[in-house]
Amino acid sequence: MRYQGGEYDVIVIGAGHAGVEAGLAAARMGSKTLILTLNLDAVAYMPCNPSVGGPAKGIVVREIDALGGEMGRNIDKTHIQMRMLNTGKGPAVRALRAQADKFMYQHEMKKTLEDEPNIQLHQGMVERLIVENGICHGVVTQAGAEFKAKSVVITTGTYLRGKVILGDLSYESGPNNSKPSVNLAYHLKELGFDMVRFKTGTPPRVNSRSIDYDKTEKQPGDEEPRAFSYTTTKYITDQLPCWLTYTNEQTHEIINNNLTRSPMYSGMIEGTGPRYCPSIEDKIVRFNDKPRHQIFLEPEGRHTSEVYVQGLSTSLPEDTQEEMLRTVPGLENARMMRSGYAIEYDSIVPTQLWPTLETKRIENLFTAGQINGTSGYEEAAGQGIMAGINAARKVQGQEPVILDRSQAYIGVLIDDLITKGTNEPYRLLTSRAEYRLLLRHDNADLRLTELGHEIGLIDDDRKKQFDEKNAAISSEIKRLSKQIIKPGEEVQTMLENVGSSSLNDAVSASVLLKRPEVSYNDIETLTTAPEPLSEEVKEQVEIQIKYEGYIAKQLEQVDKLKKMENKKIPENLDYDAINGLAIEAKQKLSEVRPLSVAQASRVSGVNPSDISILLVYLEQGRLQRVDENASSQAIGDRE
Amino acid sequence: MEFDTIAAISTPMGEGAIGIVRISGDQALDIADQIYVGRHSLKEVSSHTIHYGHIKDLDNDEVVDEVMVTVLHAPKTFTRETIVEINCHGGIVPLNRVLQLSLRYGARIAEPGEFTKRAFMNGRIDLSQAEGVMDLIRAKTDRAMNVAMSQVKGRLKTKIESLRQALLETVAHVEVNIDYPEYDAEEMTSDILRERASYVEKEIEKLLRMSQQGKILREGLSTVIIGRPNVGKSSLLNSLVNEKKAIVTDVPGTTRDVIEEYVNIRGVPLRLLDTAGIRETEDVVEKIGVERSREVVKEAELVLLVLNHHEPLTEEDEQLFSISEHRDRIVIMNKTDQDQKIDMDAVYEKAGSSPVISTSLIEDKGIEQLEEAIANLFFTGELEAEDFTYVSNSRHIALLHQAKDTVAQATTALDEGLPLDMVQIDVTRTWELLGEIIGDSVNESLIDQLFSQFCLGK
Repeated sequence: MRYQGGEYDVIVIGAGHAGVEAGLAAARMGSKTLILTLNLDAVAYMPCNPSVGGPAKGIVVREIDALGGEMGRNIDKTHIQMRMLNTGKGPAVRALRAQADKFMYQHEMKKTLEDEPNIQLHQGMVERLIVENGICHGVVTQAGAEFKAKSVVITTGTYLRGKVILGDLSYESGPNNSKPSVNLAYHLKELGFDMVRFKTGTPPRVNSRSIDYDKTEKQPGDEEPRAFSYTTTKYITDQLPCWLTYTNEQTHEIINNNLTRSPMYSGMIEGTGPRYCPSIEDKIVRFNDKPRHQIFLEPEGRHTSEVYVQGLSTSLPEDTQEEMLRTVPGLENARMMRSGYAIEYDSIVPTQLWPTLETKRIENLFTAGQINGTSGYEEAAGQGIMAGINAARKVQGQEPVILDRSQAYIGVLIDDLITKGTNEPYRLLTSRAEYRLLLRHDNADLRLTELGHEIGLIDDDRKKQFDEKNAAISSEIKRLSKQIIKPGEEVQTMLENVGSSSLNDAVSASVLLKRPEVSYNDIETLTTAPEPLSEEVKEQVEIQIKYEGYIAKQLEQVDKLKKMENKKIPENLDYDAINGLAIEAKQKLSEVRPLSVAQASRVSGVNPSDISILLVYLEQGRLQRVDENASSQAIGDRE
Repeated sequence: MEFDTIAAISTPMGEGAIGIVRISGDQALDIADQIYVGRHSLKEVSSHTIHYGHIKDLDNDEVVDEVMVTVLHAPKTFTRETIVEINCHGGIVPLNRVLQLSLRYGARIAEPGEFTKRAFMNGRIDLSQAEGVMDLIRAKTDRAMNVAMSQVKGRLKTKIESLRQALLETVAHVEVNIDYPEYDAEEMTSDILRERASYVEKEIEKLLRMSQQGKILREGLSTVIIGRPNVGKSSLLNSLVNEKKAIVTDVPGTTRDVIEEYVNIRGVPLRLLDTAGIRETEDVVEKIGVERSREVVKEAELVLLVLNHHEPLTEEDEQLFSISEHRDRIVIMNKTDQDQKIDMDAVYEKAGSSPVISTSLIEDKGIEQLEEAIANLFFTGELEAEDFTYVSNSRHIALLHQAKDTVAQATTALDEGLPLDMVQIDVTRTWELLGEIIGDSVNESLIDQLFSQFCLGK
């Protein structure tokens, strides 16, 4: 029995980290939005590690915030500890990571969705899409509701034909014994999508009361208050520590003795797992000379005793998990509350998407998150906000928004997925970004907030604050370049104190700041800005002056790239008709259908000579159009 | 892509009276002007004019070639970009050196068919020719690929791969510290990074030095035999050329009055200059004598000076010593089958550091020693005979230069105390540049390395 559920601008299937950002972005941009989820108690659920951020990923959270997304604000309200990582390294790789209270995180996010006037949150399992003539018009749920929409975003995570595997036990299931979404998986296949099977896993959880923390090392949060969001003003000071312990030879022996019972080695798992998230059995087989592996014990929240055993992801049978836990110092008497498991799920091959995350096969249908072959909450959320933005803009008949590789890690992530595809669950790493000196934690707002305002996700107040900050940075940089510092007692004492050589000739303050030992605070003792500056502004001034040379070098590369990004390629170019393109290039380009020459050059198997030929071909087409216009005009003249 | 300045040798390879290096793009004048020495700066001269001058290698102040340079300002040129054409002396050596200099000063080597492509892209060629341009690119690329593939193999490839692996491991180590700050891997330190960077820099320098040897290997070491009449020049020539030693070719001189012959002495290819001169003048009355020798010595990289053991040193001998003074030289004391009349002390004194070899060419004696001396001379220094990794392709040499500069920048950055993750940008770039030489620059391999070198995960 079917019934009409209603009409919306945008429907989001799924309310995980991708789904909530997609829904919020669309709603806040003025679209009437429906979010459908299998289970309303699983909104923004963290089925694996209770943490947000870290290298690259943390910068994505900042980017989401700078665009007007929710993840940063939500974790700022619900974490149990925060740490800035890589503080001893350069500014480009600093990253914030929070340990989440995963239950609070969910509650807070659910409430945000409920409070959003343009969002209708509804529990229901989508089984089919309504597709006519290659255009998606809505969805149909298990309960028979037909919801109509102008755009649909699918964010099914690991639920899509999910299967849990534990030793020789396996059953159809979403994460943590939830219901899987099976019919939608078959429906997508029917619609003609290329699907792949990926795998991921999670470690066991133990009861905190059964852990002997004296045998472990304490890992506290930073004392200095930290926040992901540029808007956060209230900081959580009451933090909980994590704890570090190690596996040992005994642990490894148990694992080795039980390898035959591991589904990874018995051949029961067909999905491809990520290399960067190996199970403990994988680590021991591949790195058998390593005498111990780190185990971090991470509380799952303030109101629970469950502790996540990071480093022990496994799909070994439950009894083996118990046995190996007991060998780890501090866990001798640990009571396991949930066992670790592996989970397999369906993803679509992401080269089937446009850079907007709209599918090429079906118009008005978008996908985001793990369904696109990624792994990680932050990667999911980053795609979610972009899919939501573009779904809403499509509804409103506006130009799509595409972040490029020099603009955001989110841009790198999406471009990698849709241009190169992926043969394992994709995780962001700082090394995937060519311009990581430009894609810093500290400057996410400088990169994206103006855009966020333009598309309606950043309000005017925030924009005004941002503009003021921006102006303060520029004027202070200018001031320091003109402020001359002469050799004198004050300067020499300062330089001596920081361990820098003494000053011989007068230099500008910015030249002095370029010395590696000298910080903005040191310069401030010699010359102060007319107006007091915020710490954020000082940080920007210091970074922009200190690393000017390297930043300029990267900007120069970006300029070159931009020229190629500006050479557009028509969506439906017939590559087979281009003589001279190598066969491999024809195949790959027809599959990816890049939208710019720069993107084409990133497709694997496409050589520089193919790009030259493509450029000539495109130019030929342009000339032809000019010719046709000229000749039709000539005909007109005759008439 | 077509926004940078490109350069290439635009005349066919092989011996010709002249050859042209063409530079096209915004930077063409800047680049050419930096390597050109003449009456006027090329930036000041009018368009479509030609200028006499020299191309100079500023690194060692060496004059590379005497040239005529044509300056053509955009847009009235083949590519519709500013073009500088450097007319050099024919022969691959000066052309290659001029090309390499222009690459070192900022030009990029043109892709196959790229000048034509630019001409088309900039509207110089009409639409009907587009297909032709594409065919040209394809054809030239295929050929260039074949050539390039055959050039980079064996030891050079292994060498570059091992340098890249060293860099990759370093980069992966820096990366693991960044992406997994809590992972119990040892921190990469600036000392380790500096050590690796300077090792790679030295190895690249070695490759560049060997690229000079590579040039010689392909071209032959230009060698001249000088000596008074009747000291045995002809016999020496015959001994070197005859028998088992394959004569590579016998090129009749079309532009110069020099006939060259190629021989291979223990792996060292010699290009013997003025063999015609020797043959013609040996039996007849030699008129040209020292003057002619002075001319040929100028072109030679190796001089074989033949003396007569049976006669005292003459003034002419001394002149020959003096004109060959600054060349690699081997002194050959011939006719040791006859009584010694020459003052050996004087010979050793004049020979200086040049080896002196006694021969009796008539009795076929001393040839072995001579060959050994030639081989020794060539294989001295850091180059070892078995380490015959050499680079001959201009593109590769340009890439090596860039790689060397980039890795040197990494060292400078370390000295300035910049954080490792920034220094790493230069290290990665070096790795990419080396990858371009062997046709492999896929970024994914860093990630592969990361996960095979370190045990990471949650």
